[in-house]
Amino acid sequence: MSLVAATGVVAGYGAREVLHGCDVAVDAGEVVAVVGPNGAGKSTIVRVLAGLVRPRDGEVTVRGRRIDTLSRAEIAREVAVVPQAFETLFPFTVREIVALGRTARLDAFGRGSADDREAIARAIDALELESLADRPIDAISGGERQRVVLAMALAQETPVLLLDEPTVHLDPAHQLATMRLVGRLARERGLAVFAVVHDLNLAALADRIVVIADGRVVRDGDPLAVLEPALVRSVFGEGWTVMRRDGRPVIVPSLGAERTTTMRVG
Amino acid sequence: MLAVLAAALLVSVAAGVVFGAVPLSPGELANALLGRGDAANATIVRDLRLPRVLAAALVGGALAVAGALLQGMLRNPLADPYVTGASAGGALGAIAALALLASAPSAVVPLAAFVGALASVALVWRMARLGGRTTILTVLLAGIVLTSFVGAVVTLIIVASDRLSLRLRALLDVLVGGVSVRDPLELAAAAAVIGVAVVAAIALAPRVDAYAFGEETAATLGIDTERTTAAVLVTTALLAGAAVALAGLVAFVGLVVPHAVRGALGARHRPLVLACFLAGATALVLADLGARVALAPAELPVGVITGAIGGPFFLFLLVRSRRVAA
Repeated sequence: MSLVAATGVVAGYGAREVLHGCDVAVDAGEVVAVVGPNGAGKSTIVRVLAGLVRPRDGEVTVRGRRIDTLSRAEIAREVAVVPQAFETLFPFTVREIVALGRTARLDAFGRGSADDREAIARAIDALELESLADRPIDAISGGERQRVVLAMALAQETPVLLLDEPTVHLDPAHQLATMRLVGRLARERGLAVFAVVHDLNLAALADRIVVIADGRVVRDGDPLAVLEPALVRSVFGEGWTVMRRDGRPVIVPSLGAERTTTMRVG
Repeated sequence: MLAVLAAALLVSVAAGVVFGAVPLSPGELANALLGRGDAANATIVRDLRLPRVLAAALVGGALAVAGALLQGMLRNPLADPYVTGASAGGALGAIAALALLASAPSAVVPLAAFVGALASVALVWRMARLGGRTTILTVLLAGIVLTSFVGAVVTLIIVASDRLSLRLRALLDVLVGGVSVRDPLELAAAAAVIGVAVVAAIALAPRVDAYAFGEETAATLGIDTERTTAAVLVTTALLAGAAVALAGLVAFVGLVVPHAVRGALGARHRPLVLACFLAGATALVLADLGARVALAPAELPVGVITGAIGGPFFLFLLVRSRRVAA
């Protein structure tokens, strides 16, 4: 059974409809990458799966329960979201930010338990933030901050992890490290990971790719099957060379406007 | 840190009682506090200075706590009770009472200020809901709209009222901020309201922490953001309403004190709220003492002192934070 699933979801903001009937589902232990052009509805599907945007039609379930029957605190114990923005106004320390991941489990007096402190320590450890733990968040680099918000989401220790462009502020080494980390979390802890990823080559590292264009899921499957030249051309235009290496697609851009084609290497 | 702030508050309260337009020796002071000796001294200390010092402490603490909560929740470093319309509504209530009532009973003006503050925050909340869901942004916009509208009404009342020109001092105390206690009951009522609101602020503080990355992330962390926003608005309206009732529009305390305390204590709101109460109370007791002695026997409105010191101090904090960030 899928840990999180959207079925026939129609959603939008005000008069604007962004998603026109989307089906996505993520199983335990699986990393699903979402790709698509700007404005296609990638962030909106994340917000729908997080219960932040209520679908006008269709439904979202988390471990078989309809998300609109759950309170915010109940959702926060099932679904963690790594936010796109990570600017704070005030000088919280790294450890304090990671501890925010336990907000939904605080008692009536706002106190955490020993479980909470262990979860915070595990999240700090998983992202190798121990040496930064007592630094204010405004005194570390953008890449480090991205790891801090990822640790905050991990501290929620939810079965479902949603990421909206988790690698956007990272250098290539940290982009790769992040994708490896979420892959490892999915395998070792059985998490269902759903990540919006702009870089097609990073997306190709996922177990499955969902392509969204104009508010619809246009393809959903194995990276090699999904990222084929006709699909890449129709969604991202001309100028790409699609290669295959070690059973994964590799997408190379070119400055000219050559046709998007396939080239086999290795 | 909290112990240091508590000690500072005690010292400043003592200073506020000891110093004033009429100098008193330690012996006279002790006798006056115990209700012995010269009757005039006892009146000065027990009926005038002590209530006034306590009122200043309550007002300063209330404003600083309200500022800390609002800055954290609205993610706006310039937030204080002014932005949610609470202060403006309180001033309107007080000025309307001064203008309309021929001989206002002592309790009416502060009560009107309190009701005005609560009513204007309720109105802001209603306006913010017009578009369906209430968000931080719509609360801020509604607060700005209400504050400018109320400002116009206040000006209209001042221009149109003959009576206010005879009550210039009371008008100044509302508009610029001046601590005055007309009745011990008023002080006790304000203390009760502020006490309840500070406890609520301490309870809400961990939820306000979750707004660090904004309202949507607070929701994904498990916060019912609409309910929490409402709770923070009501709490800060109680704080601001009681503060305006006792002292009118005192500038800068709600804005500056949270920034100064955050710099020393960090950003978490539970310790921040406690420390802000103590630091805000100390700041306003000292400012009020300054207002009483600077031009003695004449008195300045305390807002003149907080404005004169708070403005440059805010600038200093701003420059220092830029330098640290650079």
